[in-house]
Amino acid sequence: MARIELKGISKSFGAQRALRDLDLVVEDGEFFVLLGRTGAGKTTTLRVIAGLEKPDTGSVAIGNRDVGGWTAAERDVALVLQQYSLYPRLTVRGNLEFPLRSRVRNFSEEEIAARVQKAAQTLQITHLLDRKVERLSGGEMQRVSIGRAIVRQPSVFLMDEPLSALDAKLRESLRVELKKLHSDLGATFLFVTHDQVEAMSMGDKIGVLQQGRLVQVGTPADIYERPLNTFVARSVGSPPMNLIDGQLSGGMAEIGACRLPVRAAAGAGQAVTFGVRPENVVLESGAPGEARIFDIEDQGVIKVLSMDMGETRLHVTVPAGTHVARDEVVRFGWKPERVLTFDPQTGVNLALA
Amino acid sequence: MADVMTRLEPNTRAAARGLSDLSIRNLFIIPTIAFLIVFNVFPLLYSLYTAFTDYRASTSAPANWIGLANFRDLLSDPFIWRNFTITAKYVIISVTGQVLVGFGLAMLLNRPIPLKGLITTLLLLPMMLSPAVVGLFWKLLYDPSFGIINYFLGLGKFEWLADPQVALYAVAIVDIWMWSPFVMLLSLAGLSAVPKHLYEAAEIDRAGPFYTFFRITLPLVAPILMIAIIFRTMEAFKTFDHAYILSTQPTTELIAIRLYKMAFLEWQTGMSSAFAYIVLIVVVAITNIYVKYLNKAKAR
Repeated sequence: MARIELKGISKSFGAQRALRDLDLVVEDGEFFVLLGRTGAGKTTTLRVIAGLEKPDTGSVAIGNRDVGGWTAAERDVALVLQQYSLYPRLTVRGNLEFPLRSRVRNFSEEEIAARVQKAAQTLQITHLLDRKVERLSGGEMQRVSIGRAIVRQPSVFLMDEPLSALDAKLRESLRVELKKLHSDLGATFLFVTHDQVEAMSMGDKIGVLQQGRLVQVGTPADIYERPLNTFVARSVGSPPMNLIDGQLSGGMAEIGACRLPVRAAAGAGQAVTFGVRPENVVLESGAPGEARIFDIEDQGVIKVLSMDMGETRLHVTVPAGTHVARDEVVRFGWKPERVLTFDPQTGVNLALA
Repeated sequence: MADVMTRLEPNTRAAARGLSDLSIRNLFIIPTIAFLIVFNVFPLLYSLYTAFTDYRASTSAPANWIGLANFRDLLSDPFIWRNFTITAKYVIISVTGQVLVGFGLAMLLNRPIPLKGLITTLLLLPMMLSPAVVGLFWKLLYDPSFGIINYFLGLGKFEWLADPQVALYAVAIVDIWMWSPFVMLLSLAGLSAVPKHLYEAAEIDRAGPFYTFFRITLPLVAPILMIAIIFRTMEAFKTFDHAYILSTQPTTELIAIRLYKMAFLEWQTGMSSAFAYIVLIVVVAITNIYVKYLNKAKAR
């Protein structure tokens, strides 16, 4: 059992407050992704769980036991870092054996060899075992670093942006492998990233972190479709959700001169910020909205249009076959049931407030 | 017009700078080369020549070429071999001591402690003193009747420098005291270059302090430590000042002291040149062995 529970964690570095009263629960066997920008406190959260950083206040429990007084070694967690942290001057095998040869563990030579072999097979690095780690590529290094984490068979894996230093192709394939690894091992994974694609594609659950506070926790679908506020709304999805200021009255959004139908009822009769994802905006002749196309980005499967509706810049995704030209004036509508309303001052999702 | 410009340009450029690149280059290089030739290259070659003669700087008698006689006499002289043995023992004791003390101090300083900068500076002071001065005041410290060392260690009238068995250690202790800071300084640079995240990874991997030290710290610091050892060995080999001042025992007669006596007390200039060349060859040989290890440590 390796449920992770953080309660009321605060941590400051000098005047800088990294974490503010953070509560977080990662269920046993869950793939939990912490999503946040640089400086949001993601890494600090990981380090607090790993025992590398002592929180100023609050408690950390792993497997329902308070581990506040435990050292990193006693917590039985594995940590994979962005900079790999491979032990220099050793071979890949030496690195994989390292955690098995420490004083607290007494593995037989056969056991060590078997575990190293298994980890190497899982990560497809068997052919690299006798190579020095200095001679590996970035992707291979990260595999070894993950391998070093799995040989110990810990119940908790903490990963601090492990894919960020890799190129796009490698990132994609390792993403798939990590997910498979998670389902094979059945261990608890806590994965930290600033990349919303990683968060959306890997996480069973996503926690969105903003300035040391956990803003929202939910499944990727929750986060994507029912964001708690505009910050979360714009954290996931690419291009991000469009936010348009207007007035909601009588089931119609009044934006400048045009009126578009909206299903949401919250915030009726007042100024609101409408949120609509690019894929929920549709180009239609005779539709109520009108905008001028500013830029077209052809991504193969889809085209991403940037268009100006008065002062507001909108992002719209359309099938790649759509014929549009720059500076063309088009008419658009949206899917009324997919439009969210936010408080223009606080950014809170009015439907969930 | 254009024609005039092109013809004028090189001259005006040079004139604007005052000096051409070439003359600036010569201005910097020629004095250096002249200095090197007069003070290094010429004495080196001249002493090589005198090594094969019976030249004595104290007389006006002309030098006679005597071939390898000086080298033969030296290498068959048991007293010279004793000087070499003493020196080897001294070098091993003092370099080992410096590495242990210096690296130990560096390990202690390589952590957040209050007044770190001040402590480091104070620890570096011995290195900046003149060896002759160091020899003089350590002679006072070692003094059997009023020396502070016997007082603190409660050794009564222990003879540090007069006892032929102890004197060499006493001289080595002074060298350790003086030059450990040098090893410390280099070790500190090596230690602070070890990435912190490696230690964190090792901690997570449940490696104990000894395992971490021998598997992470030492391999990463080894090359720079090796450089410190090379420098210290070369220096220890030519130790003269403080050893000469501290003790006149035959058991502390290091090569440099013997060489000094031969050259400037006995005036055997030719013989001492030959001796100096033998020492040079030994030091170069030892350094080469070290450099080989250094390259190996770096390649690993």
